Amino acid sequence: MAGWAWIGVLAAWLATGGGARAAEPIRIGEFNSYTSFAAFTIPYRNGWQLAVEEINRAGGVLGRQLEVISRDDGGKPADAITVANELVAKERVVLLAGTLLSHVGLAVSDFAKQHKVIFIAAEPLTDTIAWSQGNRYTFRLRPGTYVQAAMLAEEAAKLPAKRWVTVAPNYEYGKSAVAAFRELLQKRRPDVAFVAEQWPALGKIDAGATVQALELAAPEAIFNVTFGADLTKFVLEGKLRDLFKGREVVSILGGEPEWIDPLKDQAPERWIVTGYPWYALDTPAHGTFRKAYEAKFNDYPRLGSMVGYVTFKMIAQAIAAANSTETEKVITALRGLKMETPIGPITMRAADHQTTMGTYVGRLTVKDGMPRMIDWRFGDGTTYLPSEADARAMRPAD
Amino acid sequence: MSFFVSQVLTGLAGAATLFLVASGLSLIFGVTRIVNFAHGSLYMLGAYLAYLAVAFLRPRIGIEIGFWLGIVVGALAVGLIGVVLERAVLRRLYRASELFQLLATFAIALVVQDLALAAFGPEDLLGPPAPGFSGAVRIMGRAVPEYDLFLMVLGPLVLIGLTLLLRRTRWGILVRAATEDREMTAALGVNQSWLFTGVFFLGATLAGLGGALQLPRQPANLGMDMAIVVEAFVVTVVGGMGSIAGAFVAAILIGQLHAFGILAFPNITIVLLFLFMAAVLIVRPWGLFGQPPSRGRRAPAPAGPLIRPLEKRARLATLGLVAVLLAAPALVGAYYQAMLTEILIFALFAASLQLLTGIGGMVSFGHAAYFGLGAYGAALSVKLLALPMAAALWMGPLLATLGAMLFGWFCVRLAGVYLAMLTLAFAQICFAIAFQWYGVTGGDNGLLGIWPSAWAASPGRYYYLVLGLAGLGIWGLRQSVHAPFGYGLRAGRDAPQRAEASGIDLRRQQWLAFVLAGAAAGLAGGLHAFFKGSVFPDTAGIALSVDGLVMMLLGGIETLSGPLVGALLYKALHIFIVSQTDYWRLILGGIILALVTAFPHGVVGYLAGAWRRPTWRRPSWRWPTWRSR
Repeated sequence: MAGWAWIGVLAAWLATGGGARAAEPIRIGEFNSYTSFAAFTIPYRNGWQLAVEEINRAGGVLGRQLEVISRDDGGKPADAITVANELVAKERVVLLAGTLLSHVGLAVSDFAKQHKVIFIAAEPLTDTIAWSQGNRYTFRLRPGTYVQAAMLAEEAAKLPAKRWVTVAPNYEYGKSAVAAFRELLQKRRPDVAFVAEQWPALGKIDAGATVQALELAAPEAIFNVTFGADLTKFVLEGKLRDLFKGREVVSILGGEPEWIDPLKDQAPERWIVTGYPWYALDTPAHGTFRKAYEAKFNDYPRLGSMVGYVTFKMIAQAIAAANSTETEKVITALRGLKMETPIGPITMRAADHQTTMGTYVGRLTVKDGMPRMIDWRFGDGTTYLPSEADARAMRPAD
Repeated sequence: MSFFVSQVLTGLAGAATLFLVASGLSLIFGVTRIVNFAHGSLYMLGAYLAYLAVAFLRPRIGIEIGFWLGIVVGALAVGLIGVVLERAVLRRLYRASELFQLLATFAIALVVQDLALAAFGPEDLLGPPAPGFSGAVRIMGRAVPEYDLFLMVLGPLVLIGLTLLLRRTRWGILVRAATEDREMTAALGVNQSWLFTGVFFLGATLAGLGGALQLPRQPANLGMDMAIVVEAFVVTVVGGMGSIAGAFVAAILIGQLHAFGILAFPNITIVLLFLFMAAVLIVRPWGLFGQPPSRGRRAPAPAGPLIRPLEKRARLATLGLVAVLLAAPALVGAYYQAMLTEILIFALFAASLQLLTGIGGMVSFGHAAYFGLGAYGAALSVKLLALPMAAALWMGPLLATLGAMLFGWFCVRLAGVYLAMLTLAFAQICFAIAFQWYGVTGGDNGLLGIWPSAWAASPGRYYYLVLGLAGLGIWGLRQSVHAPFGYGLRAGRDAPQRAEASGIDLRRQQWLAFVLAGAAAGLAGGLHAFFKGSVFPDTAGIALSVDGLVMMLLGGIETLSGPLVGALLYKALHIFIVSQTDYWRLILGGIILALVTAFPHGVVGYLAGAWRRPTWRRPSWRWPTWRSR
């Protein structure tokens, strides 16, 4: 009867599923690529868990506790829609939040528009989500590729280099980062030429061959968008083959701990990067956040941790300001919402539903065996974003 | 010139790693006939375990010995894991059909993904540089990493070692004998049990070594398994399954293809590999060094249970089920309606795969190609031609049919694993086009806003639409199985030579099966597009092809209702488990493993067996007799 025993086990396991529910909490639906991109999303989850704990300890929102229903989207848009549907139709959440990958974020934002439910796109970097395919129900938190590229282009324009090459993963994020950087750099420096480009498939870079192909073009500077294991391979091969010797390298997000820390003492020196120098931020607001995070998780915060933390603080603040969980009232509250974050005040712009959160730009070095940003400065999103009028013009009508 | 030389060297270094992994895969396949989907997982475990071993040994016994000993320890540890897998799981499946073994190894790969995340953490782990090979040497003025040279030398050494092992030792001779004719080797009294375990140990160790040797070049990370497994399959197939020398030559060719492909076509790197494989298979159906399977001496498979039209009781039950499905929207809320809609779509998809694989005996690793073509056909006719949903829904199957006519024409000329790999190549080409043709398909951003017309927009109405169309599709597929066409197809599966001798134009029948199955899968794809409101390259991805196989096998490949039950089980389990835990891959993989070992005929096969017997008792222990051409 082995077969029937299995059915019994399965039935018993299914039966233990649902749990008891507390009285009348505010339910938030949350999902991210927790299994397929664990290195980037688990710090994010830690961040929002910290925020929710703080909010609930302080009495919750509107006198009710926040309850987060969290799911894995498997890194696939279709699965994300299934999960979003479950959260809205079955779990009756008041709004959705999360996602990391650009295309997953876009799919969910379209779902949000169709089903008239708020979606806080916490981490997707594509600017399509805020501009050309923006919609009334979607709000994006992180600074997108355009802002990151604008800050890097500003630094790159100060370099003497004229011959540039690019290397980027062959998908939306890589394409849009290269396009924005090229356009913005050439606007500042018409004498700059891009002489070669490489588009390795995500997760499958053939690092030796790519490095050689770039070197063949005899560039003076390199713009890099690869990340994860691809970045590590690229850096190792590039160092061995002297690709970086005597050349400037500009690398988007290269200073974010989740992207660069795996390289440890083999991290490249002097690269110009955007990132998150959590170790050097000494404002009281960041100090409080970092101390609470380190106490709870016995680990240092990544950029994703900060984004997750701010996302849920923003949700709580918006619901409190709306004094309601009704979608339309919360949208009104979110538009133009101003709040404090560990890295300074931000505003959710009413015109394009994009926050003015900024980022840090600086140079990489290795200190005590770990990559660190030095000579960094903070760039406020307000300075680099297109004006609200321009942004509004890029969006389809609501 | 100097650039050319150093690019060749780079390609050779990459080829060495590919060869290590692919030779293990080829060995295992040659002897055990297992298509080991978990081979990439063994490679990944090799990297992680070597990282741990190196980190442990280096401070204790010195940097140099510690490093190299750590690599060896990592590789051997993976070999032992291979032995455990073989004796605990795969051993129970040798007499099952090849596809069941594939399903089991797929489940193992799922389980390993979650276990690795739990055991090693989410962050990439970068090992130290290799002592003695940490720098670069100048060759014709260009820097070439010493470690690349080391790998370049190691590859041929392993080839020589394996060749000697297989040619000069008694064990090797037995392995070759088993590769050539497993039944005869067994009949001569060779202990197959230990032979198989030994081969698995060797194959797993080679994969582990391939992974361990990556440490100085790339970090141990959780994406390594999937990144290599498909490529290793390609190398094995291009070289000829079971041929070590073939794997070596194919690895070198593919290494060079990578090294030079990125220069000529930096934008279409994904598709090159599969175009190459498709081209090789079309010209040489058994790979470069492969032997045609010795079909002559293979007895026709004993027929499985004959599929007949439903008897009366079953008809009544089916009518009852249809009545329940019709009444469902009145009974359950919007969420469960959506879930049922999704299950129905995948039931149609699994049923179409069943026609091809279960009835026609042609295993497809790339059935998602037609699902994807259907989805994009429907979505593009909304976006480009501004067709309303009612018209766009027909464009999906149309495009999928055209695709199936083209791909099927090539595929029916091959057999077995080679056929399966050619279907995979075509599916990957479709995927790559969807992924990289930005202007039309939107690349990985996909096509958004493909929602149903107002008249079908509510979950309940869309459910009825899907119920109607998917029901029609499934009914049509069933009818075709009971038609003369279906009997001809089954004859071709069970005894191709006899079928041809009796005047059946087998290739035509099989080609027609491709077209029918493609059209039905395309319909499922179109329905899926409007259901999700969007289309992404995933809809033609490997994961979806595998999902289809899993559904079909879970339900039971020998019955017509199997795939439908399998779709229900798999989708419902998936959705439910994802909503309960982040460790869904572990649990899903575990359940699949349990089902595969407990219900080798699939769930429906088991129940049907019980139904036919007068008393409710354990079925006699019979393995499914279905096998691929």
